[in-house]
Amino acid sequence: MNERTQPMLLVEDNPDDQALALRALRRSVIRIPVIIANDGEEALDYMFGTGAYAGRDLRERPGLVLLDLKLPKVDGLDVLRRLRGDERTRTQPIVVLTTSNEDSDVRRSCQLHVNSYVRKPVSSEQYDEVIREIGEYWLTVNLPPPQPFLCP
Amino acid sequence: MHKTILLVEDNADDELLTRRALERNRIYSEVVVARDGVEALDYLFCTGEHAGRDPADLPELVLLDLNLPRIDGIEVLRRLRSDPRTALLPVVVLTTPTEPADVASSYEQFANSYVRKPVAFGDFMEVVRKLGLYWLILNVVPTGGEPR
Repeated sequence: MNERTQPMLLVEDNPDDQALALRALRRSVIRIPVIIANDGEEALDYMFGTGAYAGRDLRERPGLVLLDLKLPKVDGLDVLRRLRGDERTRTQPIVVLTTSNEDSDVRRSCQLHVNSYVRKPVSSEQYDEVIREIGEYWLTVNLPPPQPFLCP
Repeated sequence: MHKTILLVEDNADDELLTRRALERNRIYSEVVVARDGVEALDYLFCTGEHAGRDPADLPELVLLDLNLPRIDGIEVLRRLRSDPRTALLPVVVLTTPTEPADVASSYEQFANSYVRKPVAFGDFMEVVRKLGLYWLILNVVPTGGEPR
């Protein structure tokens, strides 16, 4: 297993789901900092060091971006498109976690090279379990891409 | 349709270990083994010794070693990502510890995930268990009628 402390970026606008996710991760075997973005714009600001995150050290990349699709301001598919379209974030591991049952959302996410697409369960018990499984897989089993060298 | 895992692996010991780990963890998908990159592409595109196979019958998961005879794993990945029939297939690179450049290349060719084969038997079992459950149960793939 890989021992890492790269943070997870949770892009989720629902405060209940945010709280449940944080609780689930706290109770799991992984100990990682979680950064929360409440909408698509905040997620992009974090990833590109703009807005509230201006000046952030971009070499510190999240081990995982967990991305909801239905988001205020910039929706999840647009966030995914922007991250895949930028050299700095093209290889960033991203998992879409959404209540959407639309096959077109799955297909478009895969066409935009999402690493994985997971349906968000309705019950809080199952949601807890799914968050834990996602966190453990991506932060202990999966090996993320090497940190890119960025010119200052 | 029956479920299949395509295991692209040239090392017989690692093949056996992976099969055993899947069985022990009650993952009963049929395991098809390709022992080099050419065999893997023949299976996926129904050419060579797999001519006549139904091209729509795609594996639910590809486990891809990188160090392969004839065509290496990165090239297999590049070719299957550039063909609309296989572009969206879940591919997990499962390989022995390699250079950071191999990890980077795998992600640049849009491998879904990169996993190092653990050396210790118990760790190997555990990694294959988590990997199998994640990709065969939790992960969702497109099902629509359009070509993949």
